Amino acid sequence: MKDVSYVRTEMLPEQDPPASTSGVIGWMRQNLFDGISNSILTLASLAFIYWVLSHFIPWFWSPTWSGGSLNQCREIVAEAGKESGACWGVINERWPQILYGFYPQELRWRPNLAFALMFVALIPILFSMISRRMNWFLLALVLFVATLFVGSGWLLIVAQIALVAAMVWTGWQIVTINGADRAEQIKGGAKRLPNPLFFTATYVFLMPWLLWGGSIWAPIATALGFAVGWLAYRLLSPIIGGLGALIVAIIAPVIWWLFLVGPVAAGINAILPIELEPVQSRYFGGLLLSITIGVVAIAVSLPLGIILALGRQSDLLLVKWMSVGFIEFIRGVPLITLLFVASFLLNVFMPPGTNFDIILRVIIMATLFSAAYIAEVVRGGLAALPKGQYEAADALGLDYWKAQRLIIMPQALKISIPGIVSTFIGLFKDTTLVSIIGLLDPIGLSNSIRADVNWNGIVWELYGFIALLFFIFTFSMSRYSMYLERRLRTDHR
Amino acid sequence: MKKSVILGALTVAGLAAGAASAATLDDVKARGKLNCGVSTGLVGFAAPDANGEWDGFDVGVCRAVAAATLGDPTAVEFVPTTGKTRFTALASGEIDMLARNTTWTFTRDVDLKFEFVGVNYYDGQGFMVPKELGVSSAKELDGATVCIQTGTTTELNLADFFRANNMSYEPVPIETNAEAQQQYLAGACDVYTTDASGLAATRATFEDPSAHVVLPEIVSKEPLGPLVRHGDQEWGDLVRWTLNALISAEELGITSANIEELSAGTDNPEINRILGTEGNLGEMLGLDAEWAKRAIMAGGNYGELFAKNIGESTPIGLARGLNAQWKDGGILYSPPFR
Repeated sequence: MKDVSYVRTEMLPEQDPPASTSGVIGWMRQNLFDGISNSILTLASLAFIYWVLSHFIPWFWSPTWSGGSLNQCREIVAEAGKESGACWGVINERWPQILYGFYPQELRWRPNLAFALMFVALIPILFSMISRRMNWFLLALVLFVATLFVGSGWLLIVAQIALVAAMVWTGWQIVTINGADRAEQIKGGAKRLPNPLFFTATYVFLMPWLLWGGSIWAPIATALGFAVGWLAYRLLSPIIGGLGALIVAIIAPVIWWLFLVGPVAAGINAILPIELEPVQSRYFGGLLLSITIGVVAIAVSLPLGIILALGRQSDLLLVKWMSVGFIEFIRGVPLITLLFVASFLLNVFMPPGTNFDIILRVIIMATLFSAAYIAEVVRGGLAALPKGQYEAADALGLDYWKAQRLIIMPQALKISIPGIVSTFIGLFKDTTLVSIIGLLDPIGLSNSIRADVNWNGIVWELYGFIALLFFIFTFSMSRYSMYLERRLRTDHR
Repeated sequence: MKKSVILGALTVAGLAAGAASAATLDDVKARGKLNCGVSTGLVGFAAPDANGEWDGFDVGVCRAVAAATLGDPTAVEFVPTTGKTRFTALASGEIDMLARNTTWTFTRDVDLKFEFVGVNYYDGQGFMVPKELGVSSAKELDGATVCIQTGTTTELNLADFFRANNMSYEPVPIETNAEAQQQYLAGACDVYTTDASGLAATRATFEDPSAHVVLPEIVSKEPLGPLVRHGDQEWGDLVRWTLNALISAEELGITSANIEELSAGTDNPEINRILGTEGNLGEMLGLDAEWAKRAIMAGGNYGELFAKNIGESTPIGLARGLNAQWKDGGILYSPPFR
């Protein structure tokens, strides 16, 4: 009997998948035309997108960048043989105003520098992948670029030389010693560069000085308040005990800030005047105003919100009730009401002549408002933690603050990231509400720009430009939060 | 002891408050700047240009007062105010005067404790309709849909007018003038109603202004003028007579072009008194003799300000109408400088 069994002795060559399931066609079949109803939906969506774009692009693509007024724009559009077109001349003429408001033109390097330094200060907090050397190099670079715009003088040249030297030195290290070698050196006890967070702490006081100007001694004296508190705690805690020293350490800086900062700063300034030209709050406007309010409120409301969330869960009755009362009151009141309080009531209550800065008032209100929301978001994160985590912390013998810092908060905050970031995005967009109390943020300015005879009647171009500016910021925040979630993901999916 | 310190501080604060409201002129002089409340933006009346310099008809009044008191028409801090913030800003002392198309009404003058120093623009509420609607009088508007800004006196005037003429209408509430323009052009309403000056400014921005007409009926009185706080009569006098100086200057033919020539001395004693070559009017106000001269030179007399900012040669193209001098058929009538 002849053996008919057949065993293949070599592998068949791989074949391409059928044309209908691969490449562009396959992708389209799978994603766009998968069945009759999906095909219809796809075609309808395409028709809709075409309809929108066919109206939008001819309007958008309009050669009116040089138009000097709405009527000129219309003439240009008519000459180009189009029926209607955007009038971009308004953006061309007014974009610096939408960005900076009435901030004096020759001083605009200051907000620019503050904005650039903000990223240098935020990078060590926001990202973990950047090395200390890189961060200090970045700082020197930003400062060096700033010195090029400031003016001239021998002091400036000295500063430039120093900055270039610093850049060359750190840059040389970055190029010659790679990360792994450096890590070995550090393990071996090599001296590290100072932590960039020092600059972040400095920036908190540097930013108001750059934006508002005035004597440098005012922010330095303000910063000294923290040293006063720390000193009071260190000196008094052996004498009157921890709690008493803590209370004094809180009260002493407040007294320092309320009564002594002014005279001390003025005194030192009289001896050694280092000043920037002061800029009053009413010259702040446009995106500069939105970013100032937004960034400060965001930075302050996160710690405040965490404290409130912890306070709400506290066993101390007074702390708990105060936190609950604050959160519920603030959340029960619209932001616009708080802004009106900031703008009107405080004005009427305080004696005339007291100058409690309007932007500061608005920042305080925006901060309190978002802190209440952050508190609830963080409380959600705390509630999502299994009770075992709290018990495990207790079992390890950690005290309350250590347990929060090492075990509870890292997990609770990680859970709350999407909520926190949406609160921040909301806060940033809410800054446009200040136009109602007469501050000229981008929306308020768009109204003022329309009051110019040349630009009266222009709506979409201005709103579109402002929307784009806000989108850049909110979209970056949203992408960052997704990056952070990915980075902090510890489960195995 | 502690209590007495607090009381003392309160007394000092109170005295300071009293002093601040009593002598605005001294405050302004000490500060070297006039804090003037203006609109956040109203076509022709107040608007910042690309460099942030404010310009407009109301702004001209601020500059004239600054020139009279401080000798410098640019020594003004313009504080943008909205319809909601303007009165608190003035009452709290944040601004020294308000020049922001504010209608002089009984309650604002008496109840809100302000002092209107005069009228710099006589406005009135009007109606604008598309020409194709074929309407020639506001009395033919029965059953029309009307775009109207909410929460303003215009809303109340509209209701009064339609009720008095036994007509019905359907309101389309809107928030800002820009929104109104869009709604009106999109055909969401047949009629747009607001102050006649605003209608003219809005119509001027349309692609085809001739397709729209402003109806002849004016249904309300809107005397717009600068105002100051109650209780400081000297400051009120100063602002009032600065405005009057601008108006009288036009009546007497004093312009920014011939003012130098006239201030050498003329045969007309009133001109001489205004320009300070005769009498001591400036001294009575607590200013020097040339206060009015500087005020007029700041932006020209009333007529020049009008022509430059909102007059017929501008895109807004307002006729003088009621705002002509009393000699020319208007109701602009400054008390004599004597």
